[in-house]
Amino acid sequence: MKRHFRVWRGDSSGGDLEDFDVEVNEGEVVLDVIHRLQATQTPDLACRWNCKAGKCGSCSMEINGMPRLGCMTRMSTFTADETVTITPLRTFPVIRDLVTDVSFNYEKARETPAFAPPAGVAPGEYRMQQVDVERSQEFRKCIECFLCQNTCHVVRDHEENKEAFAGPRFFIRAAELDMHPLDARTDRKQHAQQGQGLGFCNITKCCTEVCPEHIKITDNAIIPMKERVVDRRYDPLVRLGRKIFRRDQLEAAGESVPRATPATAETPSGRRLPESPALGPDGRLDIAELSAPIQGGPSPFGEDITFPLPPERVTYHHPDPS
Amino acid sequence: MTTATRPGVRARAAITARTLRTDRWWLAPLITFLGLTAWVTYATVRVFMHKWFYVEAYHYLTPFYSPCLTDRCGDAAEFGTPLPNFWLIPEASLTLPFLLLFRLTCYYYRKAYYRAFWLSPPACAVPDRHEKYSGETRFPLVFQNAHRYAFYAAAIISVINTWDAIRAQATGLGLGNVILWVNVIMLWAYTLSCHSCRHIAGGRLKHFSKHPVRYRFWTFVSKLNTRHMLLAWVTLGTLALTDFYIMALSADWISDLRLIG
Ligand code: SF4
Ligand code: SF4
Ligand code: FES
Ligand code: FES
Repeated sequence: MKRHFRVWRGDSSGGDLEDFDVEVNEGEVVLDVIHRLQATQTPDLACRWNCKAGKCGSCSMEINGMPRLGCMTRMSTFTADETVTITPLRTFPVIRDLVTDVSFNYEKARETPAFAPPAGVAPGEYRMQQVDVERSQEFRKCIECFLCQNTCHVVRDHEENKEAFAGPRFFIRAAELDMHPLDARTDRKQHAQQGQGLGFCNITKCCTEVCPEHIKITDNAIIPMKERVVDRRYDPLVRLGRKIFRRDQLEAAGESVPRATPATAETPSGRRLPESPALGPDGRLDIAELSAPIQGGPSPFGEDITFPLPPERVTYHHPDPS
Repeated sequence: MTTATRPGVRARAAITARTLRTDRWWLAPLITFLGLTAWVTYATVRVFMHKWFYVEAYHYLTPFYSPCLTDRCGDAAEFGTPLPNFWLIPEASLTLPFLLLFRLTCYYYRKAYYRAFWLSPPACAVPDRHEKYSGETRFPLVFQNAHRYAFYAAAIISVINTWDAIRAQATGLGLGNVILWVNVIMLWAYTLSCHSCRHIAGGRLKHFSKHPVRYRFWTFVSKLNTRHMLLAWVTLGTLALTDFYIMALSADWISDLRLIG
């Protein structure tokens, strides 16, 4: 059966909604329709996608005005005579058709301090209790579709806030690390407030509404982070206590980030430690593989290793069957 | 070829429609607007009525007048009558401001009125139409962060409300008692489901495993907390209903349905 669609086509110099009638079969999702469009009427229609299973976060678009994953929006949720309007994400600069430039999010990711390993515990020796990591684990479900970033009115309606505001996806990152039982940084609350602009959020919960992973972004990350900031910043009793007991200076002294385990430390097997990927000349990770010296994501094993390893360098010993 | 960046031009897609949403996104903010406006109007009228707040025979006192602190209170005054009789001074002048502050700074009500009254944003992916936006980073909204103190006050006031329900138990059992108890239980549920309470109970900890009792309390509050929005509306309902029932009894429009005594 043919259904009516309107798809935004164009690039950063302009564009418009174009009308199409496309065949739709039972059980199909919006991304299927876009693929059919590419196969039949508009071979040059640009669209990002990868997994078609709601797990890669590539196919974010706006369907009838709501930010959603194209591969997770069933055609059966619309009535047969309904026109379905598909547009690119509005908050980010458009590249072409349904593809937008989401580098805003990668820049914000870079500005978020990474996990700081606890001093004196070598990688591979981290031990945590399930109840302690549970809260952080919810946030690991994030597939980085950036639908929440796109919906958040702080940047969606106010381009000028992009500089100061990191967005919900990075608030859950901040909360994940601040609640992490082994993270050694103590300045995550200040960073959330001053570096990420947590105060801009007015907890209107649109990020939670659109998250395809159903992460309770506002209730479990943003509000707890706001409360944690209050502990430090606005709670006069706590501040007074700090002043009187001079704890502020103690804490300030302790707030330097402990360094990762020195490279000479030994792993349980006595062999080589995991290494961090190579950094660019600016001391940061490359955000696009195009500008990286090699294609593909940086290897956690270091760039000088090729697989399979020669047998004498393998650190794994098969247990003796006898 | 995939690349995250494209040098040069950085313009958003030129889409003329402010929103392309086709569902009735305006319904939820509209209902919130009407509901909150109606409730606030009712409560304001009742608070400044200065009558029909107490049923002597059964010791029913409406939560809007508790604790009753002016000379008009008569038998209802449990904590003395330090306040003067002046029409601008509500009988419960010492508690109402804190309750107002508690609900005003509540994380749920903030969402509700930012969306329904301030239209910032009216609904998801619908533009907020404000020139500038600084969220809760500046005066006066930065004071929303004081919610925790309003929570402490509200917890104390819930104790006073509980006392009112216990005191009304002096003579038998009537429908009024049941209504008062339901109201008090709902008020406790709402107060304990508060996000600040969740934080204080255990949310601020880094290691739950080192604080098993607080972890259990946190788990309990978290369960209530997922219903915070529901409880916020239910308590508006039970408060208005309790008050209306007691007003109707006090004004002799109806008589209490007695179950015992
Ligand atoms: S709750 Fe905060 S972060 Fe989430 S969409 Fe609303 S303003 Fe943005
Ligand atoms: S938090 Fe949810 S909406 Fe935001 S990027 Fe992650 S999966 Fe997408
Ligand atoms: S294609 Fe991977 S999430 Fe839709
Ligand atoms: S009362 Fe609603 S969050 Fe505290």
